[in-house]
Amino acid sequence: MTFLEIVFYVFSAVLVGSSLLVVTVRNPVRAALFLVLAFFSAACLWLTLEAEFLAITLVLVYVGAVMVLFLFVIMMLDIDIAQMRAGFANYLPLGLIVALIMAGELILVMLSGEFGDTQLPRPVGHDADYSNTEALGKVVYTDYVYTFELAAVILLVAIIAAISLTLRRRPETRYQAPEEQVKVRKEDRIRIVKMPPRPEEKP
Amino acid sequence: MIESLITLWSGLPLFLQLGLKIGAIILPLLGMVAYYTLAERKVIAYMHVRVGPNRVGPKGLLQPIADAVKLMFKEMIIPTHADRYLFLIAPVLALAPALGAWAVVPFTDTLVLADIDASLLYVLALTSMGVYGVVIAGWASNSKYAFLGAMRSAAQIVAYEIAMGFALVGVLMAAGSLNLREIVVAQSGGIHEWFLLPLFPLFLVYLISGVAETNRSPFDVAEGESEIVAGFHVDYSGMGFAVFFLAEYANMILISALTVIMFLGGWHAPLEIAPFIWIPGIFWFFGKLAAVAFLFLWFRATFPRYRYDQIMRLGWKVFIPVTLVWITVIGVAKFFSPIGHWFG
Repeated sequence: MTFLEIVFYVFSAVLVGSSLLVVTVRNPVRAALFLVLAFFSAACLWLTLEAEFLAITLVLVYVGAVMVLFLFVIMMLDIDIAQMRAGFANYLPLGLIVALIMAGELILVMLSGEFGDTQLPRPVGHDADYSNTEALGKVVYTDYVYTFELAAVILLVAIIAAISLTLRRRPETRYQAPEEQVKVRKEDRIRIVKMPPRPEEKP
Repeated sequence: MIESLITLWSGLPLFLQLGLKIGAIILPLLGMVAYYTLAERKVIAYMHVRVGPNRVGPKGLLQPIADAVKLMFKEMIIPTHADRYLFLIAPVLALAPALGAWAVVPFTDTLVLADIDASLLYVLALTSMGVYGVVIAGWASNSKYAFLGAMRSAAQIVAYEIAMGFALVGVLMAAGSLNLREIVVAQSGGIHEWFLLPLFPLFLVYLISGVAETNRSPFDVAEGESEIVAGFHVDYSGMGFAVFFLAEYANMILISALTVIMFLGGWHAPLEIAPFIWIPGIFWFFGKLAAVAFLFLWFRATFPRYRYDQIMRLGWKVFIPVTLVWITVIGVAKFFSPIGHWFG
């Protein structure tokens, strides 16, 4: 077994184990954290395929941003663990059926012979000065530039849609206008009054 | 002598070599963190016209060691109904990314542990993971104040990370590379070639976002002691608190180092003429790092704390538009202007 294979099996074991724990662990916050571990292990597996750009982007986007927002929401939920356990037996048969069907479909696809070593040969390792990042950039901005820009436009539309859906006009809320605040001069606010000092009154 | 040392070094197994290299980065870094805390207390003290710690050792120089010993021997209290494992793992999660990011930092042209291709992204990915320590600490302590601090911190870090990422997009456009070493190489030739000048707005955005990202004053609402006691680490004592402390200062040093690498020319001397180039590059690197690190302390002594909505307004409505505009400026200037060489 080469060193790379050991690395692969270690990270795969962590990935499968943490994915199992995501669905079995009771505490939702812990489940989200196991999902973080699963993403991270997947990123490490991608690194062994020389796809360092994709691997680091996976960590950056999913671990660094998406899961933080997930945790943000999950932590604010008021969770009753006993109530969550109660429904387990009811959902179990349906869940098992869905899981079995999905596993069966995956096995069928894998056994179809389209994914053997002959159709998808192992990727050949590159030299030390090969840059996956650069290669990816060149492909994305030349061959796939239309799809890339289309995806960008769709994301922009999604951003605008999300903002306009959640934007509420609330006229009763009072906001500060910083641009007005910084324009204020001393003369607008205070009046300096000159007064002669009064002699102290004797009691 | 040197020959035999080199043969001895190359005779060591690979993992031992790597371990020694990592130790050679981590141990001085922890020393820097310890003395950065002393520097902070001294600098702020003098800015407040006080003296600062001066009892332990000559001029108070052994104060960090006394602090470390005290924290190590204090009892670590775990609150009732706290999530025990997450409570203990949170400080480690805060510290580990701050140390891990140093793997790709180029100290000089040849002195870098891992000269990987996407090191800028690597740094960005690791610093974005630092928020987990804060969020988990706040949740696991099972305390309202800690939880409020964690929520504030999560929102703030996510907001400023976007501005920070866009500022770095400008840097990588100008340098034409994601590799930190090549980014510094692209700035060689003197102070007018540093990205400080052509990318000045991005430099400001990056530095201020760095202060916000490390939850430092004036953006330290995550631990605002006047409102929520001490924020996310209010329930930590002893080593748990010490590790959070370490993580905060290690993050500040990391942000300073990244600012130096990306905007202040890394190991390059400000002018490529006689007296400056006699000094080895690593001294320039650490000199600039110390100057930026000093800014963090200066900010803390100078500015009052921002209000929470002001922080969010600054991040979303000022910094992100500024970076977007400047990215466009870089793109246009690179192709259509006589000063295009400035932008890479």
